[in-house]
Order: sequence, then C-alpha cells, then structure tokens
Amino acid sequence: MLVFILKRIGFMLLTMIVVSVLLFLLLEIDVRGVATMVLGPYSSEEQRDIWLQQNGYFDPLYERYLRWLGAFVTGDLGESIRFKTPVAEILLPRLWNTAILGFWVFAVMIPVSLILGILAGMKEGSKLDRSISVTSIITTSVPEFASAVFLSTIFVFWWKLLPGTSSMADGFSFKELVLPVMVLVIYDFGYVARMTRASMAEVMTTHYIRTAVLKGLPYRKVILKHALRNALIAPFTVIMLQINWLLSGVIVVEFAFAYKGFGALLLEASLTSDIFMIEACAMVAVFVAVGTQTLADVGYTYLNPRIRFS
Amino acid sequence: MANSTTVTLPAQTTGAALMRALKSFSLLRESWVGMFGAGLILFWILVAIFAPLLAPYEPNATVLPYQRPFWWAGVELAEGAPAFLLGTDHVGRDILSRIIYGSQTVLIYAPLATFCAYAVGILMGLAAGYYRGWVDDVLSRIADIILSFPVLVLYVIIIATFGASPVNIVVAIIFASSPGIMRIVRGLVLDLRNRDYVAAAQTRGESSWRIMLVEILPNARGPLIVDACLRLGYVIITIGVLGFLGLGMPPPDPDWGGMVNETRQIALAFPHMTLFPCIAISSLILGFNLLADGLREISLRD
Repeated sequence: MLVFILKRIGFMLLTMIVVSVLLFLLLEIDVRGVATMVLGPYSSEEQRDIWLQQNGYFDPLYERYLRWLGAFVTGDLGESIRFKTPVAEILLPRLWNTAILGFWVFAVMIPVSLILGILAGMKEGSKLDRSISVTSIITTSVPEFASAVFLSTIFVFWWKLLPGTSSMADGFSFKELVLPVMVLVIYDFGYVARMTRASMAEVMTTHYIRTAVLKGLPYRKVILKHALRNALIAPFTVIMLQINWLLSGVIVVEFAFAYKGFGALLLEASLTSDIFMIEACAMVAVFVAVGTQTLADVGYTYLNPRIRFS
Repeated sequence: MANSTTVTLPAQTTGAALMRALKSFSLLRESWVGMFGAGLILFWILVAIFAPLLAPYEPNATVLPYQRPFWWAGVELAEGAPAFLLGTDHVGRDILSRIIYGSQTVLIYAPLATFCAYAVGILMGLAAGYYRGWVDDVLSRIADIILSFPVLVLYVIIIATFGASPVNIVVAIIFASSPGIMRIVRGLVLDLRNRDYVAAAQTRGESSWRIMLVEILPNARGPLIVDACLRLGYVIITIGVLGFLGLGMPPPDPDWGGMVNETRQIALAFPHMTLFPCIAISSLILGFNLLADGLREISLRD
C-alpha cells in the first residue's frame, strides 16, 4: 500500500514538473514577448533590453527555468503586471472565494446526485430510473453559461428574487451565492448521478444481494446494509475527479456572475497577458487537479475490499 | 486466387457495413429518446443548409437596435413597424437570422474538430494498444498528463497565447480531446488484439498498420460511435463556452456563444438577446446526448 501511495505521489510530482516545463516554454520562450508584456506595448527597445538584462533573461533557457521553478517552490510567484502587487496577495483571497463556492456546490451536489443515482440504480429499467436518466441527460446538455442565462432570466428578470451579479461588493452574501451554486450543481450532478446509478445497478445484480433478498431480509436493509457500501466506491472516485471539472466550471460561472474567484482571475490574467499571474493560476489549477486525482486513486484502493496489499 | 479475394473483400465489407447501418437505423426507431435526439440534430442540419432561404435578414446587417420579439410581454408594435420573431440585438442585427447562420458555424467546426481529434486519437490508441511496451508507456503517460489538466484551463491558456481563430480553436480541441479518445481505443484494442482473426491476419503476413486499421478498428466501432456522439456534444459546449468567454470565433460573423458574450452586460434589461442563442445551443447539444443514449441502449440490447 505504501509503495502504491509513493508511486502515485511520484507520478503527481512528475506531472507537475512536465506541466511546469510546458507552461514555461509556452509563455517565456519568447523573451521579447515577455518584456513587452511586462513593460507594455509602448516601451522602447532599449527599455526592454535593460529590463531583460536586469532580470537575467539572456541566460540559457534551462537556467532560467530552474531559477523560475526555485522561486515558485519557495513561494515567490512574481509580481502581477496588472495589479502591480505580488501575485500571491491577489491569488490567495481569490482561491478562498472559489473554495467557498466549491464547498457549497459539493454540499448540494453530493446528496442530490447520490440519492437520485441510488434510486435509479435500485430498479434498473424502471420508470423512475428512465426519468432520472433522461433528466440528467437534459441537465448535462445545457452548458453552464446557458443555464446561467436561463436562471438569471427566471430569478432575476421575471421573479426579481435574486441579484444578477455576485461580486460581493458589500461583503459576503448568501443570496449572491445561490445562482452560481445552482448553475454548477445543475451541470455537474447528472454525471455523478449516472455513475452512481451504473455502480448501484451493477451491485444489485451480484449474488450476495440475491442471497440477502432470498434469505428474507427487508428490502430497505438489503439496500442500506449490503448494497450501498460497495455501490458507493465508484462514485467516491467520480466525486473526487469532479473537482477537476469544477475548476473548468468556475471559470465560466465566475465570469458570468462577476464573482471574484480563482476562475475569473485566471481568465482575466489570460486576456490581459498578465504572464506571472497566468503561470501561478495554471500551476495551482494543475496542483489541485492532480492532487485530487491522486487522492481519488488512493482512496479507491483503500475503500475497495477486492484490492488488498499484503 | 489470392488476388481475387482481396479485390472483392472491400466491396463485401462496404455492402455489409451499409446493411448494418440500415439495421441500426431501424433499431433506433425503437428508442424514442434516440429518435428525438436524431430529430433535433436533423432540424439544425436543415436549418444550416437552408440558412439563406430561412433567414429574414442578412446575419450582420443592422436593422433596428434593441427591438424585443413582437410577442414579448408589453410589446406593442407601431403601425407598419417591422416585427421581429426573436428581436434584435444592441447594434440592431436580427437575432433569428444570426441564430440561423450561427448554426453553420457550429455545425462546421464542431464535427471538423471532433473528426480530427478522432483521427489523432485512433492512431495513437491503435499504436499503444497494438504495440504495447514502451510505445504504450510513452503515449499513455502523455495522455495522463494532458488529461490531468482542467480542460477549460487548458483551452483558455492555449487560446489566450495563440489568439482566437477558428484554426486555433480546432487545434486546441484536438490537443485536449485526442488523449481521451486514445484511452478508449487503446482499451478496445487490448481486448481485440487477441482475437483469432488478428492471429490469422498476422499469419498471412499482413502489415501491422493494415491489421490495426482493417481488422481491429472496424470491430471497435460500436463504443466509438456512442463516444463520438457524446464528444460532439461536448465539443459544441466547448465552442460555445469559448465564445461566451470572448475567446471564440472572431466577430462579426454569428456564433452562438459569442452572441451571448456580446449582450450579457445588458441581458438583465433585454433577456431575449441572450436567451434564444442559449436555447439554440442547448437543443443541439441535447440532440447529440440523446442520440448517444439511444445508441447505447440499442447496443446493450444486442
């Protein structure tokens, strides 16, 4: 087990290093481009040369990469061109906001999707099963920006119940969180529900469930005591991997509702060529994604009684 | 003798493939979900083909700004004023016409990008699954690394670095989707490569790529067709989302996601400007997802 965990962590580090190399090459191989981004399009050639000289941009590429990586690992993320402050100062509060959003999305999505998935998978092919499946197909077919538009039209334009933007200008407000959370839950729950359904349906066909039913256990007890434990192993992995999807979703939703989170920051940084901010955001995104993947793998192996390490 | 068999073989296989396609189509009629999906797709394909006949205005022509649809609550048309079925946008372009022409954009680029991603993904998956060993290791690691990226983060960085153009969007989609296709193909090939007909072909001395493309690939088509439908829907979402984020097709030509992006600031006063493009894109994606569900249901029945 320990070897397996170490292997997974090793692969995680390898992925991060490869990604950092690619990102570095993509954004910093053209040093003139970097100088233009930092000093602005109206800077003179000499100014750019001086800046590049001062910051060691004429050194060989691998030296620059190693220096960049070293600074990055020790927490020096550089300075944002747009905000004129250290990247970390902007990034951390934004990450916190996204964490709040993500927490509520999961707090709503997990119970909803698990319950629907279990109900659908208990009796495969039943009317309830079909209608839950079709509903989840419909909700996953609506892109996040479209459901943001639909929900805004209903709740903001017609019923005037909720605010249309979630910039939290006057401090934290739950009301402003409702629409972003709803949009993300609607887009994501269908997938988890279908995975839970498939897993539940598979468990329901196994021999030990048949045995449990035949020995006269009440149906409730069969489901709760025998089926669920095995049926919930696969959804656990899916939910962890959902964090990767959520990182994509927050870009759209935060942009749509002007929520001051990590996704909106990454998008703004990309649109304004705020190079060190892009690098930091991308690395954080990959770190979260790969980290949760590793956790999902390790957790799956730990939970699954069929896999045992001697 | 050997020659004559190889000559007749393609004709037989295309004939048989045609029969099978017809058979699966008639099977599709049993799944109302799949039929409904196919109907939605067909509707948009017809709209895209007959766009010049259907659209009441030129898609980029300014007619009259800020007009609500004539049936919208509280809209009263003055005598002789033009009536707009879906209203006009902030610069006065007819939204109906832009949605009709926008279907061309999405129905050209989404299948194109998906097709190219499949070409790349299938070749990589065949190689990884057939040769195994270090080829498999290298290709699978690359796929793992690309797939570990949150997709949209990948798209945003690629498009923001190289600029928003149709070609870059297609390339970014190929880059981000082919690893997923490769994984599926690889899994199918690992299963199929041990079949007798593959061994027979190897004994006949056929080349590796001929075996992969002629013997193995056709037998893997079932799951791939279902996946292609789902993936097409997802590529349409991607193109729409990029348009919505302002990283999509360059203006002024109509693009559903871009239409939402252009008018989102005034959407709370004029919701019709964002509402109808969103309905259009959602219905097309729904079509592909329902068709995929119907096809999967049929394939499970066999």
